[in-house]
Amino acid sequence: MNRASIEELLGTNKYEVDGDEAHIVIDEAACACCSSERCACVKACPAGLFKIAGDKIAFDYAGCLECGTCRLVCLQKGIRWNYPRGGFGVEYRYG
Amino acid sequence: MEDVFDAVVVGAGLAGSTAAYCMAGAGLNVLVIERGSFPGAKNATGGRLYAHSLEKVIPGFAKEAPVQRSITRETLTFLTERSAISLDVASDRLLEFPSYTVLRPEFDAWLAGKAEAAGATVVPGIRVDEPVLRDGKVVGVRCGEDTMEANVVIAADGVNSLTAQRAGLRQDLDSSEVATGVKCVIELSKKAIEERFNINENSGVARMFVGECTKGLPGGGFLYTNIDTVSLGLVVTSADLATSPYSLVELFEDFRQHPQLKALLDDGKVVEYSAHLVPEGGLKMIGTAVADGLVVVGDAAGLVLNTGYSVRGMDFAIASGEAAANAVIRASKTGDFTSSGLSRYVDNLKRSFVMKDLETFRRAPSLLRNRRIYEEYPELIEEMMMGLFGVDGSPRTPMRKIVTSTVKRHGGPVQMGKDLLQGVTSI
Repeated sequence: MNRASIEELLGTNKYEVDGDEAHIVIDEAACACCSSERCACVKACPAGLFKIAGDKIAFDYAGCLECGTCRLVCLQKGIRWNYPRGGFGVEYRYG
Repeated sequence: MEDVFDAVVVGAGLAGSTAAYCMAGAGLNVLVIERGSFPGAKNATGGRLYAHSLEKVIPGFAKEAPVQRSITRETLTFLTERSAISLDVASDRLLEFPSYTVLRPEFDAWLAGKAEAAGATVVPGIRVDEPVLRDGKVVGVRCGEDTMEANVVIAADGVNSLTAQRAGLRQDLDSSEVATGVKCVIELSKKAIEERFNINENSGVARMFVGECTKGLPGGGFLYTNIDTVSLGLVVTSADLATSPYSLVELFEDFRQHPQLKALLDDGKVVEYSAHLVPEGGLKMIGTAVADGLVVVGDAAGLVLNTGYSVRGMDFAIASGEAAANAVIRASKTGDFTSSGLSRYVDNLKRSFVMKDLETFRRAPSLLRNRRIYEEYPELIEEMMMGLFGVDGSPRTPMRKIVTSTVKRHGGPVQMGKDLLQGVTSI
């Protein structure tokens, strides 16, 4: 069993992506206060969905595992977090 | 909907469905609202359910419920970069304390079905947006445009419990008091699982790993055998991840590639990857488990116990669901749904194993934050074992000298004595 990329791991999951509503939104003003080496979200997100892109954080909610880690580790409290709307998001088959 | 329910349960996990099952069985009018497209769709676990608390609610449940394997083998392994040193207990005596590996989507769907059969209404695919408060008392929940009124709301919405937060009952969790867990479910043939893990048909193994798998961070790995899949995971304190040189994803992939694990999982196919927060603050949070019109259960109430050699949450969740149901059934007779009317829930928990066990192991969280457990001791044990088993013709050292010299190299006897004392007084 070889090393897998996070994209490959997430690719095994079933998702019902909500195209109309992002359940996690980054507060860009708060985010800008965070120097890149302190970006806790990048390290801690188990889905690797936070990426440093220049002086900003790029985030894609589509592969979210809905754990809540990003909201809790963000030093700036700059992540507005909710669950996806009913029926949307990850759908575990093995859990 | 204009009906007033006796109880609205937010979340059809183990705590929520157990509460609904018990309340509906007592004749209450119960509505369960689940955000997943079916009960269990949002739920993940490491993998093992200790049977006792559900056994009390539904005797003989394992005969009809979708359980995977019955644990007859427990292994605690210290990992270093190249070695795995284990305490391995294989015994059918473990069947005297039944525990089963489970996969939550199928298991939770089954339990929600039991609640439904008992008379509860279970509605999946709907997200509860917030509790509805009137004069400071919770009187129902809002889902989009709809409001569902109830005498009591049971917050069984998991570790993040937005319901408890939005009711003003508590602040958000502290990242130093939760851990982030990730897990891969790996498909292997039934035969391969039984051969590689040396287990019989239907019996299973539970393994915990400490050391190299977290690169010195507080946390550990786990492995559970299911019927034709293996659940392999890693849990690390969330706050420590933030300052770690490694990302959680890198740690997990390194763990999966450990030479002592690789052979066990060879040819396995990853079929799912999940993540979940593990709360640790149960003892502190018990003061906020009840409010006027609201009861908080399971992970939402922080009811998880990690001792380092075992992790329990599901049996606590089930017991808390039952305790909440009993308190609500009682309150329905007196008509008192204030926090004092519902305080019997906390009394029930305090009398049960839930709070007693959390109290017994109250020092475990600080023990498990002792970095030497992860940085020093696995290496120390490895060195000792090499001294013990490594024969190459050079003059042998007696065991007492191996021990004293190894201890000296890893912090010395005073430090080790302190750690040992902390260990024996915590777990």
